Amino acid sequence: MHKLINFTIDYILYVLKGGVKFYLWMGFLAVLSVGALYGFYLQNTEGLIVTGMTNQIHDGLYFANLVFLVGVAAGAVTIVFPAYVYHHKAMHEVTVLGEMLAISAVCMVMLFVFAHMGRPDRLWHMLPFVGIFNMPGSMLAWDVLALNGYLMLNFACGFYYLYAKYTGGHVNNKFFMPLVYTSIIWALSIHTVTAFLIASMPARPMWFHSMMPIRFITTAFAAGPCLIILAFMIIRKNTKFWIQDDAINVLSTIITWCLGLALFLTMSEIVVELYARTEHANGLYYLMFGLHGLTRLVPWFWSSLAFMIIAFVMFLIPSVRTNYKLLPFACVLAFVGIWIEKGMGLIVPGFIPTPIGEVTEYYPTLIEIAMTIGIWAMGLFIWSILLKGAIGILVHDLRYEGNVAGKSIDFPSSSGTAASASK
Amino acid sequence: MTVTPDKSPTADFNPATLPPACSARPPPVVPGGATATNSRRNFLAAGGLLSVSSLMGAAALMTQSDDAKATVEWAEHFQGNYRLMTAAEKAETRARLERRYSAQYSKKVSVDTTEALPGVLMGYALNIRKCIGCRRCVNACVEENNQSRGKNPGERIEWIQVLKMERGGFAKEKMNEGYPEGLGIQVGGNAYTPAGQVLEGQYHYEPDLVPEKDATYMPIACMQCEKPPCVKVCPVRTTYREADGPVVIDYNWCIGCRMCMGACPYWARRINLTTPVLPKQEMNPVTHYLGNRPRMRGVVEKCHWCLQRTRQGRYPACVEVCPVGARKFGNLLDPQSEVSLILARKNVFRLKAELNTFPKFLYFYD
Repeated sequence: MHKLINFTIDYILYVLKGGVKFYLWMGFLAVLSVGALYGFYLQNTEGLIVTGMTNQIHDGLYFANLVFLVGVAAGAVTIVFPAYVYHHKAMHEVTVLGEMLAISAVCMVMLFVFAHMGRPDRLWHMLPFVGIFNMPGSMLAWDVLALNGYLMLNFACGFYYLYAKYTGGHVNNKFFMPLVYTSIIWALSIHTVTAFLIASMPARPMWFHSMMPIRFITTAFAAGPCLIILAFMIIRKNTKFWIQDDAINVLSTIITWCLGLALFLTMSEIVVELYARTEHANGLYYLMFGLHGLTRLVPWFWSSLAFMIIAFVMFLIPSVRTNYKLLPFACVLAFVGIWIEKGMGLIVPGFIPTPIGEVTEYYPTLIEIAMTIGIWAMGLFIWSILLKGAIGILVHDLRYEGNVAGKSIDFPSSSGTAASASK
Repeated sequence: MTVTPDKSPTADFNPATLPPACSARPPPVVPGGATATNSRRNFLAAGGLLSVSSLMGAAALMTQSDDAKATVEWAEHFQGNYRLMTAAEKAETRARLERRYSAQYSKKVSVDTTEALPGVLMGYALNIRKCIGCRRCVNACVEENNQSRGKNPGERIEWIQVLKMERGGFAKEKMNEGYPEGLGIQVGGNAYTPAGQVLEGQYHYEPDLVPEKDATYMPIACMQCEKPPCVKVCPVRTTYREADGPVVIDYNWCIGCRMCMGACPYWARRINLTTPVLPKQEMNPVTHYLGNRPRMRGVVEKCHWCLQRTRQGRYPACVEVCPVGARKFGNLLDPQSEVSLILARKNVFRLKAELNTFPKFLYFYD
């Protein structure tokens, strides 16, 4: 118990202290977060009318980001799986960083849920015993279970591992490994259930196909590792924690094939939908070419496709994939491409046209955009803190009865860790 | 037949027009015996926050505070799911809401809690040949059901859409067109010209006279499905099918997640993007808890077949206002009711029947 209290105090003190770079980064994120709080205040006094959502297109940026970030959270499993199933040594060293990403991504998802809801004050209606949970009928209820379970699993795995490292004790595998294996399967489940959430509605033909879960998983396992590689690059540059090339190479191989599969599935969808070109293809047609003269999403779709194809070609060439000067560009391209594809490219056209054939467009408002950026900032804030603490423990800056404060002043560069880790 | 659309239709109630099936109903009573069977619900209620809500509600009623609205709204935050409430809790909730609404709208507002009557299954039939597209039903519905009626985008909510569609036609001059040229694929020259009922149509048209020459009309609203997709997806069971048929919403339990809106294949549901714009003088004070009582910001609403009327043996407002008698309403379990006779004798179809939602809103033609 004494150790646990020490761990908590040391951890908090450690993540609170840092260099100028760290404080600047965190301050910057905090300022952006304030924007989100203001947006949230407006939404809960004025109502959702301050957003661009309408009765026709009632899921917008928030829902899109929510879906995308569930994928990023699930993507963390691309580290955990090779580490524990294939016993990949380099991966094993950095597993906990993946778990930290999963925690932050799920936190972001939950913030987006709050942003999305019309009555966040009534969220307690979903709590067991005091409220009602529509199981097993409601896919959203399943999703809430999946996401909360995943958060707890990653929190338990990640922090148990860090605690063991901190105290210098051994990880108890009898307790730890079942948790890890569960979290691997659970990672697949969160994105599958999120896919079912939208794919189980025949009212929205654009989403109503069984390809959705696998497409979600391939894009997630491309976007997640892209973010992780970027973070690894920054960590390598700014801290004394060295992530082996081998780990990065495994991740870029995973991205290559997942991105390839994602493109293949996109192509399949386009062929199947546009060959017959029924009314059910209207959503995709709107996305690709526009409908009734409304073409707002067309440039988004084609740029997303271009980003993903260029990224795929880059990843496919081994000399580019292993060139760590070019790799970050490929990662950014793939990440942005998938963000567009999952977000604006999947959620919004699902509502165009409406079930009664009305074609309208979605214009996110400034408040909505500020809120989206703010929630990303909050997520990066959480991730920065988690990464800083985790790296502190991994490099033994932070250990049981170690002099925390002294160490972190000795290595000012390490305080910039988290700061730059999330850029 | 030509009718000038009336922007402010009067939904006068004429008792003489009541259908026998409707008017023959006994006066509504809240079945007190129903609560005895709900032991699990009572257990949940006792274990949960509902007991707190009772205390708060009682406190709010006893204090007789000047600021009735604020006190009562506070108690409303802790209100449980309507379907799980005991009769006593329902009565208390009703009293609380009547107090708040009366204060808010400066008139005596009643909140009915009449339950479904045994032996009644509501059904609706619409004669699409008769509809002239005057949209009186749309406006009567808004006035009856206390929908938001602001001028700004997103502030006006209508539950009925009368879809206006062009009449179709095949043209002789196109009959030899459309053969592929180069890499083209053969398409008949008359492809893409409309013919027959489709769901795509205008519903905000404002003509001087109806019916318009080259148009047909197809009104839609909530289909009150027997297998409603919206009910299935609701994470908190705030929307459910009542025993007498309509799918209703407990507005106080809705969390505004909008899953039901995504799941509805008929685009029947609306979210209150802002606090509904409902002027005091226009507010209809005769309300039902699951029906037309004023809604709040951030919750979903839809047609409920005017529960405040139909459970008292009256027709829904749209049926009453229809100048051509295209709309029929009644008890599907009564073989002599109009809807049952229509079902037995006319050509009846359901909208999007392939989705297996089994609407109780039927279309027919003579």
